[in-house]
Amino acid sequence: MSLTREQIASIAALARLELTPAEIPVYQQTLSRIVDFIGALERAPTADVAPMAHPLPGLSQRLRPDVVTEVDRHEAYQSNAPQVAASLYLVPKVIE
Amino acid sequence: MSAWETVIGLEIHAQLATRSKIFSGSATTYGAPPNAQANLVDLGYPGVLPVLNAEAVRMAVKLGLAISARIAPRSVFARKNYFYPDLPKGYQISQYELPIVAGGVLDIQLEDGSSKRVGITRAHLEEDAGKSLHEGLPGVTGIDLNRAGTPLVEIVSEPDMRSAKEAVAYMKKVHTLVRYLEICDGNMQEGSFRCDANVSVRKSGADKFGTRAEIKNLNSFRYIERAINYEVQRQIELIESGGKVVQETRLYDPDKGETRSMRSKEEANDYRYFPDPDLLPVVLEEKFIESVRASLPELPDQKAARFVSQYALSAYDAGVLTASRELADYYENVVREVPQEPKLAANWVMGEFAAALNKDGLDVTSARGKVPPQNLGGLLLRISDQTVSGNVAKVVFATMWSSGALADTVIAEQGLKQITDAAAIERVIDEVMAKSPGQLADYRAGKDKLFGFFVGQVMKATGGKANPAQVNELLLRKLRG
Amino acid sequence: MCGITGLKPTYGRVSRYGMIAFASSLDQAGVLTAGAADAALMLREMAGFDANDSTSVDTPVPDYVATLEQPLAGLKIGLLQEFFDKGLDPENERRVREALQVYEQLGAKLTVVSLPNLPLSVPVYYVVAPAECSSNLARFDGVRFGHRCENPRDLTDLYRRSRGEGFGAEVKRRIMTGTYVLSAGYYDAYYLKAQRVRQLISADFGRAFKDVDVLMGPTTPTPAFAIGAKTADPITMYLNDIYTIGANLAGLPAVSIPCGFVQDLPVGLQIVGPHFSEARILAVAHALQRATDWHTRLPPGYA
Repeated sequence: MSLTREQIASIAALARLELTPAEIPVYQQTLSRIVDFIGALERAPTADVAPMAHPLPGLSQRLRPDVVTEVDRHEAYQSNAPQVAASLYLVPKVIE
Repeated sequence: MSAWETVIGLEIHAQLATRSKIFSGSATTYGAPPNAQANLVDLGYPGVLPVLNAEAVRMAVKLGLAISARIAPRSVFARKNYFYPDLPKGYQISQYELPIVAGGVLDIQLEDGSSKRVGITRAHLEEDAGKSLHEGLPGVTGIDLNRAGTPLVEIVSEPDMRSAKEAVAYMKKVHTLVRYLEICDGNMQEGSFRCDANVSVRKSGADKFGTRAEIKNLNSFRYIERAINYEVQRQIELIESGGKVVQETRLYDPDKGETRSMRSKEEANDYRYFPDPDLLPVVLEEKFIESVRASLPELPDQKAARFVSQYALSAYDAGVLTASRELADYYENVVREVPQEPKLAANWVMGEFAAALNKDGLDVTSARGKVPPQNLGGLLLRISDQTVSGNVAKVVFATMWSSGALADTVIAEQGLKQITDAAAIERVIDEVMAKSPGQLADYRAGKDKLFGFFVGQVMKATGGKANPAQVNELLLRKLRG
Repeated sequence: MCGITGLKPTYGRVSRYGMIAFASSLDQAGVLTAGAADAALMLREMAGFDANDSTSVDTPVPDYVATLEQPLAGLKIGLLQEFFDKGLDPENERRVREALQVYEQLGAKLTVVSLPNLPLSVPVYYVVAPAECSSNLARFDGVRFGHRCENPRDLTDLYRRSRGEGFGAEVKRRIMTGTYVLSAGYYDAYYLKAQRVRQLISADFGRAFKDVDVLMGPTTPTPAFAIGAKTADPITMYLNDIYTIGANLAGLPAVSIPCGFVQDLPVGLQIVGPHFSEARILAVAHALQRATDWHTRLPPGYA
């Protein structure tokens, strides 16, 4: 089963990955290979089998007490940010 | 009967009033300097992991029990994947297939006094996103992630509402409920309580729903009503002129009073939901759920019903007094002082007291500081025992409000005791009658309306302190001659 | 393949907090050491409950060093039938069977066990891991940290070029695969299906451990291939993981130790145990390293 250029472009858009025109056929080929390969799963007898979200069965989420444990360290955190002004992270203008 | 029927469903996002965020130990207080309350987990740094806040779970369960919903013994967090600068991880941790609360109801009171039951499909926990700031930043948008990670409960109603007014009534009821439960402060200006409205129209009698549009981020009751009404009109006009309603997201512009389509969010949002592998299923035991149930306060409907039976109030009055727990508590504390006059107390709490706090822009808790309920009760006792008339009591109240003095103190200092001595009142009436022979003659000739003139004159002469009932009775007798 | 001892602990044994997340339901920090003794020492220091990781398990950490020399007599070893198949290089197989003979001499009993769903491990892994990875790597967007492209035209351009420039080819391939298998219309057929097969594989292991104490087999089907030799076809490269991926999917602890050379390239033997049996598998590995010296030998040219 082969993925089309449009499908590759659409996946790249969803994943916010810029692909050069040269890369698209490469991804078409490799992704199609992978998709064929994982097609083997179809045969597996999984009727009535629950999906395994966690490898260790029977565990449940631990709850944390509602306590403030953090202090303001934004200067440290923003010291390696690409673009900051007035303690805000900056991105190109977004129009809503 | 309109040819068209409106169908509305609301999705309400209420910020839970926890001290720390849902998945991190950062503070949730409003108004902090930008990014002062965003730690590495909130910022979505590589290597961080979420840990669930117990109080957020407790609050969601409280809500579920209060709307008679089913609390899921096992619920699962899922990732909602999309890119936006206020969403640091590139996904929002939410709940998808297995929410913590499923299937509830809420009864709302309509304007005509009737009651309507609105279904609630589900309520789930999720984290809030940060904020984008566009003002004063040319060419760029500034991102503040203080809000990122604040716990939200998203409450999804069935499409049961049939008018903007019903939608507002439902939203107000949810607003009252979350404040009663103390799970949300309901501060709409600060964004603690927001709603998206799904609106569609269909021909009356049709059984299929029309295509709906979603109006996002409505944060005032007035806006919701206007936005829905505009949208309904827009859709009707569109269909009637041969067009089709498009399923889309719209924003309400309060200045123009219209909804407009949002700049398209790409890919019609393929969120690629899957269970979050960093979080385990939330398992709640019966014991825990029962302990939360036992901790529920008296709910608004229960309290209103009790007020009707215990204080012989009308359903309307009970509804107004129970709109907030604070107001209801205030009222009951007043009644404790003057138990024989629950209706008088209701009138005063809904009347003078409410007017005073609205005028000063106070909430009930601050207003308590001005006139504690015992003090108001004390004033009402003086009305009840005829020490002062109702009108004079209003003057006394105004002084109490500004000075914090007790009723008796003000009455004594200002000499406002009501005149109830019949002989004294009769003397005043005689003087008034003597001073107004013309009006007296006219009245006796049949101009009944002049009675008010005489009442006014007597009140003026007594500085408003004559007991009105006695004045009426005595005047009637004396004027007749 | 590298002539060293490698240990992957049980899922949840070592905290993931602080590790750049790849596949959250699989990630587990392990150790690469000269021998099982060192691995025991390292694990003892690394393992333990961490409140910052919701998937961290709160069970006590045994002293793995103290139990290294436990005797092997009576140890029941299951040989994974599915791994001794035509994909296994015959020379690799010979080295592995030599190691198994040593275990027999030490008093262990060998049986063959079948885990019929195990061959599906690789396709399962190559759905689940990329899916989780595609989501985990979304945070690398050039906004708060990391590489940002020059002069972004708008937000979308910022995202696409920062990520396109910042990620390597294999990472991008996995993100693309993961995005695809989670996308609308494919989620049920791929992601959900893979997680169901994962349950089957895990159940296979659980059944096997009722009859045996540990499972053994070759670590890889062939000796190591040269750098760059197999990158053209991803599937051929992925298939090299065929023997080890199952333990990852089931969250089981596993250790790989050298058991000889084929054409001067090291060959590995893997030992898999039930959840939280690190002490046992380290002792089993250590036993081979006391009875033989394969783990100390270096190929000619590397001494």
